Amino acid sequence: MESCNCIEPQWPPDDLLMKYQYISDFFIALAYFSIPLELIYFVKKSAVFPYRWVLVQFGAFIVLCGATHLINLWTFTVHSRTVASVMTTAKVLTAAVSCITALMLVHIIPDLLSVKTRELFLKNKAAELDREMGLIRTQEETGRHVRMLTHEIRSTLDRHTILKTTLVELGRTLALEECALWMPTRTGLELQLSYTLRQQNPVGYTVPIHHPVINQVFSSNRAVKISPNCPVARLRPAGKYMPGEVVAVRVPLLHLSNFHINDWPELSTKRYALMVLMLPSDSARQWHVHELELVEVVADQVAVALSHAAILEESMRARDLLMDQNVALDLARREAETAIRARNDFLAVMNHEMRTPMHAIIALSSLLQETELTPEQRLMVETVLKSSNLLATLINDVLDLSRLEDGSLQLDLGTFNLYAVFREVLNLIKPIASVKKLHVSLNLAPDLPEYAVGDEKRLMQTILNIVGNAVKFSKEGSISITAFVAKLDTLRDSKAPEFLPVLSDNHFYLRVQVKDSGSGINPLDIPKLFTKFAQNQSTGTRNSGGSGLGLAICKRFVNLMEGHIWIESEGLGKGCTAILIVKLGMPERVNESKLPYMPKMPTNHGQIAFPGLKVLVMDENGVSRMVTEGLLLHLGCDVTMVGSSDECLRLVSHEHKVVFMDICVPCIDSYGITIRIHEKFTKRHERPLLVALTGNTDKVTKENCMRAGMDGLILKPVSLDKMRSVLTDLLEHRVFFEAI
Amino acid sequence: MDLVQLQRQFVDYRTSLYHEGFLDEQFTQLQELQDENNPDFVVEVVSLFFEDSERLLNELARALEQQSIDYKRIDAHVHQLKGSSSSIGAQRVQKVCIAFRNYCEEQNVEGCLNCLQQVRHEYSLVKTKLESLFQLEQQILTAGGSIPM
Repeated sequence: MESCNCIEPQWPPDDLLMKYQYISDFFIALAYFSIPLELIYFVKKSAVFPYRWVLVQFGAFIVLCGATHLINLWTFTVHSRTVASVMTTAKVLTAAVSCITALMLVHIIPDLLSVKTRELFLKNKAAELDREMGLIRTQEETGRHVRMLTHEIRSTLDRHTILKTTLVELGRTLALEECALWMPTRTGLELQLSYTLRQQNPVGYTVPIHHPVINQVFSSNRAVKISPNCPVARLRPAGKYMPGEVVAVRVPLLHLSNFHINDWPELSTKRYALMVLMLPSDSARQWHVHELELVEVVADQVAVALSHAAILEESMRARDLLMDQNVALDLARREAETAIRARNDFLAVMNHEMRTPMHAIIALSSLLQETELTPEQRLMVETVLKSSNLLATLINDVLDLSRLEDGSLQLDLGTFNLYAVFREVLNLIKPIASVKKLHVSLNLAPDLPEYAVGDEKRLMQTILNIVGNAVKFSKEGSISITAFVAKLDTLRDSKAPEFLPVLSDNHFYLRVQVKDSGSGINPLDIPKLFTKFAQNQSTGTRNSGGSGLGLAICKRFVNLMEGHIWIESEGLGKGCTAILIVKLGMPERVNESKLPYMPKMPTNHGQIAFPGLKVLVMDENGVSRMVTEGLLLHLGCDVTMVGSSDECLRLVSHEHKVVFMDICVPCIDSYGITIRIHEKFTKRHERPLLVALTGNTDKVTKENCMRAGMDGLILKPVSLDKMRSVLTDLLEHRVFFEAI
Repeated sequence: MDLVQLQRQFVDYRTSLYHEGFLDEQFTQLQELQDENNPDFVVEVVSLFFEDSERLLNELARALEQQSIDYKRIDAHVHQLKGSSSSIGAQRVQKVCIAFRNYCEEQNVEGCLNCLQQVRHEYSLVKTKLESLFQLEQQILTAGGSIPM
């Protein structure tokens, strides 16, 4: 055994040192073993630690160091070789591991450090996001405020409430110290403090409008920060505190007339109000962008709300005005009605009162005319009569016209003979016309119905008036009256745009044209003709009388008859044509015949059926002969009358188409004549038709007639229509035997 | 008198004549035949009737006074009268004539004489009536009005 070189320590004073070394080594070993254990334990616990194997290395390193120190414990005393070898192994291992670990750490430690910086970066980012979140929340809240503000503002149409609400809500939302509104004065040269938030009754401060700051605010539609020393911002009494920031924004005041201008550029004549907002002083608060946006939005909303309020005020005012006007109109209408009623009562009374003496005058004057008078007296009486007649007519006309205007006049409708109306007019006008040597002609169209439904009296009055005027204003020449049924195209006259005729089955439009060759009328005067009391002075017919009402009344009647009347003239001296169109009804199938026998209705009614037809009538009875003659003459025939059979035979010729023979059995041998006539005219087409007229209603007579060779038999009495239809039938069929 | 009143009176009178059977539709027919070409037709016919009837009545009276009555002649006259009266529409006269003719056929003198008296009576009645009617017409025409149909 070699002796080791270590000095065997004695337990003398070196013992203490040895003891301490021994103990510290022990504890070191303990620590060296426990530290890895702890490490392992905590690594196991944490899942995220990325460098596990580094720790393992570390652990190994520590364990080996510990082992070394532990083994060191045995080296204090004599120790064997094994111990030494173990010690050496341990040290070698330890060296190896520790070197490897050292090398590893060079790579790892920078990484570990960077982890730390990243952590710091993320923390900063998180803080920034938090801040931004806060900002967004603030903005969203602001938006909510705006909506709420708008809602408040728009929920009322009262101007004062709108403005007050605006200020209050703005103050609350933005936590303002003061909020004020400056409105332009009427002159437009100054701004007046109208509303404030804190002060209840603002004193009427005014500020001239042409301040540079104010101009700056007005020229932009954004909220502008202004200096607290600006006159508009000096709302609080100056104090020792630092005034907060002030912002001003313009509020456009829309005038009603502005709404018409769409395409025009912004007019500089727009009026603005100024809203001033002050942040609390000493708060070091600043106006944020979102707050400025809020203010701008609110200002716009206020403008809109104010314009609505203005429109409402305007419409209320208009409505009040209309109501007043209505009341006034109603009053006026009632007054007018009262006046009309009074006039009508007056007219009615006066009419009666006036007519009574008129009647007396006219009646007595006519009676006076019948008595013995000297020529001068007669002249005087005639004048009196003429004047009073004129006056009576005037009274009637005036009453008629007033009734017409009221619309209280109604037409007396009835079925009447249209042809008779025209004939009557003609008859009435003929005397005067013949005195003036005027030729009057009447032309009625064939398709004009004989009967019509309408107001006969007034139609006649109208036609008579027109014809009378034609006669009155013509000194010479002729007057022609034409009447026909108006067709649709002729009804539409360019001179009468408001006349819209409507055709229907049971109505027709009668058109009457009266043309005269008289003095004519200036076309410019034509519209005046139909106005009341306006007589044409230039025609120089002052002495022809008339009050000028005639045509006016005619026009009213024609209008009542749903028609139209007008006058055409080419000028003075060229005559004129009066045209009237009225609507008349078609009568129902008129029952003209009261006879028991009625053959088919002849188609050409009202017209002469047999012009120039040569007939021979033989009748012994003078009266009945005359009646038959009258009948046939009325139908237009050329009648030869004979009273005996000899005369008949003598006068009959091939020119006669029909021979009417009155057969009465005891008197004339009519059968004999028949035979003799047959003998006289051998050729059939030369022989006239032989017709018997008899009052006998027995079959024997009829058979005898037929046997004798007569062509026809008619029963007496014969009416006009019967004769007409018999002749028609006879001439068509060459035979006619009435059914007995 | 007022024209309108005259016209109304005329219409009423004429209607009454129809109602009482003095005139029938034949008279209306006569009036229809009157126009501007024949303005006095009715008056002429009626005047002729009056003449004729007077003559016939006288003849009848003379014939019935005879000892031996010639019924054929009387029948002829009555026939004539009947024809005339029916031509102008003198209805009552016509009716009596029909009865007259029956008595003639029966050769009944009493009946004939009775009928003659009746005929005379009816004739004078209708004559008076027609004359008044024409007078009214004339009055209307002179007053300047027109005869209502």
